[in-house]
Amino acid sequence: MSSKLSEYLRNRLKEKKILLMTHTVVGYPSLEDNWQMLEEMQVANVDMVELQMPFSEPIADGPLFVKANQEALKNGIDWNAYFDFMRRAHKKFDFPLLLIGYYNSVFVMGHRSFCSRLAEHGASGYLLPDLPLEEMEDLHELSKEHQLNPIMMCTPTQKDTRLQSICANGSGFLYCVARKGVTGAVTKIDPMVFEFLKRCRRYSDLPLALGFGLSNGADLNHLQGHADIAVIGSALLKTWEEKGPEAYRNHLNELAEATT
Amino acid sequence: MWSDIFQTEKPGYFGQFGGMFIPEILRATFEELIEAFESAKTDPSFWTEYVQTMQSYSCRPTPITYLPNLSKKNGGAQIYCKREDLNQTGAHKANNVMGQGLLVKRMGKSRVIAETGAGQHGVATATMAARFGLECTIYMGALDVERQRPNVFWMEQLGAEVVAVTEGSATLKDAINAAMRDWSASMDDTHYALGTVCGPHPFPTMVSYFQSLIGQESREQILELTGRLPDRIYACVGGGSNASGLFLPFLEDEGVELVGVEAGGHGVESGAHAVRFSGGHIGVAQGYKTYFLQNPEGQMMHTHSIAAGLDYVGVGPILSHLHDEGKVRFSFATDKEVIDAVRLLIRTEGLIPALESTHGLAGLLRESSEMDEEDIVVFNLSGRGDKDIFNIAEALDDPKWREFIHQKSNEYRKASN
Ligand SMILES: Cc1ncc(COP(=O)(O)O)c(C=O)c1O
Repeated sequence: MSSKLSEYLRNRLKEKKILLMTHTVVGYPSLEDNWQMLEEMQVANVDMVELQMPFSEPIADGPLFVKANQEALKNGIDWNAYFDFMRRAHKKFDFPLLLIGYYNSVFVMGHRSFCSRLAEHGASGYLLPDLPLEEMEDLHELSKEHQLNPIMMCTPTQKDTRLQSICANGSGFLYCVARKGVTGAVTKIDPMVFEFLKRCRRYSDLPLALGFGLSNGADLNHLQGHADIAVIGSALLKTWEEKGPEAYRNHLNELAEATT
Repeated sequence: MWSDIFQTEKPGYFGQFGGMFIPEILRATFEELIEAFESAKTDPSFWTEYVQTMQSYSCRPTPITYLPNLSKKNGGAQIYCKREDLNQTGAHKANNVMGQGLLVKRMGKSRVIAETGAGQHGVATATMAARFGLECTIYMGALDVERQRPNVFWMEQLGAEVVAVTEGSATLKDAINAAMRDWSASMDDTHYALGTVCGPHPFPTMVSYFQSLIGQESREQILELTGRLPDRIYACVGGGSNASGLFLPFLEDEGVELVGVEAGGHGVESGAHAVRFSGGHIGVAQGYKTYFLQNPEGQMMHTHSIAAGLDYVGVGPILSHLHDEGKVRFSFATDKEVIDAVRLLIRTEGLIPALESTHGLAGLLRESSEMDEEDIVVFNLSGRGDKDIFNIAEALDDPKWREFIHQKSNEYRKASN
């Protein structure tokens, strides 16, 4: 399904070789740090940003994000703090925002309330790694009403029939998971990854994002012509944690350079 | 048939509970497992091998033991217990693990992983891996590693790698997350032998099938022993596997009341407990929908129990459904009641129960004294208490034990100087 988000991405792709989507866990290390990260992302002309809503049981995430989720909750990040941050970011920055989180937050909030809150606070869509296709119907209906893009995940383990249904339900863009496992571990970009992206392309015209384990400009260079969007999460957080804001900016710049 | 409960419109759902809320990357692996279990389930040779394995390796059928002294002392109903403590490795966990082990062989995988709370499931899995020649990794909350050192020792002796999980509350739920993460990278050659009737479909169904041996045997045995069915049966409820195993075959026996006993910890008001059915709310986590102890925004809360195996935020979806249908009644026992009950059972009957199992007993003792002498009650002695020697000795504040530990630690200190 074509949408404002996919239009936006297609337009950006006319000027860039590959787009860049970055990520931050809201509340980790602190809201101020998140804000500073977003400012750097704006300077680097990042194309899209995922704001992770912290959850106590992030089963699709690796150690770095697990800790970030936990610390964010310890820092007292609740739904209000999260949505307030999202609204502020939406007002200030140009890039579209997505919520990434786990289904229990949505279930407990209520599907209707979740969608209207997202729309009110300026999100373009959302990604729920533990919500399977079979359980999405109601949420997808409501998302249409609110012009939200539910982002579907394609994985190399999916059989063709499933991949096809996932793609058919996609909106905005497709999030292709580069390998087995959770976020964080390094991914080698090899012919297997290209094959997988080709399989996804066969079933959808939506822009294809590739994520899980990408870290640097070289990764982006390899992906040009195969994927439309590169997703960088853990690698940037690691830079922030280990080397601080200055290095974070350099890391973003290196990535941004590889997009043009 | 009681097993009709598994014939649901949406596979893996029990009323509104259950489901498969898993990352897409794991989907194919779950489908492979569902297929393997479905084909094994209808293959008589699989069940023959299962029953033979349980008989020759795990001492089944385990008996039902009448407890005359305890019945007399407590007053009221006649008390019986199902002796799951006599299984290989000392708990009902063997029933599930050997079943899954036979499935692993069918699927041709070479490695198993598991989560464990009390360590009983970990020991059972490591044992199965040793017996079947599989590589084995056990995830265990760091707090539970501390509480259950004897079991950690045995797992390591059995050749398993024990990974202490420090995330979250460093207990069972965090061990489950860690095992799921391992599996999403290792599924090609690895099976995740989940230890209870929780998690995504098909685990609740599959583990219930394996554990239903407990109830099937109990039903036949109590009929033979007493000429009739019991009035009430009790089981402790962590994830809910020993309870499901005991209860399901009695589900259609109108006169039999099924009572699940959760971990009351320091009491429900204290907030330090694992009483999901009075303190919890419906949610979706760890791959399935059930009652969880969670805050109003769906964040899982920390739980507490003196029994590591009951210290879990969620509960099996089948039990949640039976609870809402009014088919199983739930109560809880506090840490203190459990310690009193441990002492009583040891002294009056010479049985040393696991702290987990004693929750079932404590719930029973509270209620059965009000019943008639002709009434019959059964509780599931799901495991033996050897593993709990440190915790029980500490709770009883036994001076001779303390002295022994001091002396041992002095010896070790001297030796390492
Ligand atoms: C002896 C014993 N009983 C009961 C339990 C609780 O598990 P479940 O509720 O699945 O039977 C455990 C868990 O480790 C256990 O070791």
